[in-house]
Amino acid sequence: MLPELYNYWVVIVLMMIGFYIVIVQGNLIKKLIGLNIFQTSVFIFYISVGKVAGGSAPILAEGVSVYSNPLPHVLILTAIVVGIATMAVALALVVRIKNAYGTVEEEELQERDLRC
Amino acid sequence: MLAGIYGLLSASFFVSMDAVDVAFTEAAVGAGVFPLLMLTALTVTGRFEQTAHRRPRAAFFLVLVTGALMILGTLDMPAFGSPDAPAHTHVAARYIQLSPTEIGIPNMVTSVLADYRAFDTLGEVVVVFTAVVGVLILLTSVDQRQRPSPANAVETMRGHMILRVVSKMLIPLILLFALYVQFHGEYGPGGGFQAGVIFAAAIILYAMLFGLAKAEAAIKPSILRLLAAFGVLLYGGVGVVSFLTGVNYLDYSRLAADPVTGRHIGILGIELGVGITVAAAMILIFYAFAGYAAGRAEAE
Repeated sequence: MLPELYNYWVVIVLMMIGFYIVIVQGNLIKKLIGLNIFQTSVFIFYISVGKVAGGSAPILAEGVSVYSNPLPHVLILTAIVVGIATMAVALALVVRIKNAYGTVEEEELQERDLRC
Repeated sequence: MLAGIYGLLSASFFVSMDAVDVAFTEAAVGAGVFPLLMLTALTVTGRFEQTAHRRPRAAFFLVLVTGALMILGTLDMPAFGSPDAPAHTHVAARYIQLSPTEIGIPNMVTSVLADYRAFDTLGEVVVVFTAVVGVLILLTSVDQRQRPSPANAVETMRGHMILRVVSKMLIPLILLFALYVQFHGEYGPGGGFQAGVIFAAAIILYAMLFGLAKAEAAIKPSILRLLAAFGVLLYGGVGVVSFLTGVNYLDYSRLAADPVTGRHIGILGIELGVGITVAAAMILIFYAFAGYAAGRAEAE
């Protein structure tokens, strides 16, 4: 029974790697990379839920009767593009923080905020 | 670089799990646009980090506990690939059985995206548009003089002769391919989102190799801004037109005499809207970042 669940475990491992990076890294850019890994793990989760054993890609073809679930594909397809767009907003914010504070390290940012 | 490889790897994951449409998008976004954006942002923020990691042991423990709890949670999940998992037994079965006759196009992902869940997709296009507006506000409203220190990595590849010649031959093909993906999305994997990203990747490649100024001269940011808004408008407009034919918003069945043809037209229309918005959005975001990085070099 257990080996059948390996897809979830891969997702969890990836998600935890992303989570760990977000917590531990002080650099805002690295935090964003961690968030991105976290996000991808959710994508993989959805897609793996949509997989049907022996199924084919959800494009109508002759001689194929079992298809993968198209719904998660749709959700994730749009999520990827939205994800890159929001990631761009986040990067833009980081760039402006660098412009205003001269640093993207979390601790230095807090020090400066406290000094003000 | 690693981010690019990661994107490509996850794209191949998706192929192996039969999600060709998703793989397409991930290949273009994960391996193309995302690392480029990262690189441009890194040139602005600096390459090295100074601080040491904070309390990694406590964080590691926290992560380990969370992961263990989640794995505990998966024990009740349906097995990978099992056909009677709850995800496959509700609305998805209907999509698979009825969409070929109701919508009349082979690619179920497109028919779900552009017809059954058209509202959802409209929302996502608006999110992309809003994100562009946000990036533009954040990055282009700054006073040029405030930007300190040098480095302009966006144009560092200008000297590479081979790259330039090869990409000069490749870029038209990439653009052509993007158009193919755009209009073939109903029959094979593809559609507005993928086409938009591929198109944008080609323009961004051009901007990286030949300089931002030349790219902006070829495709003007002011036109792109109009196009980004036009795509959303086109999408919403198709919905309004279907209103006028006497059915619900984004129900295309009466756009033509025959409901299936009507749906076809409607899907083509909104996919075009999606493609235009996504392509314009991605290029604008890159222009904003690259322009910001270049502005710093000028200031010096």
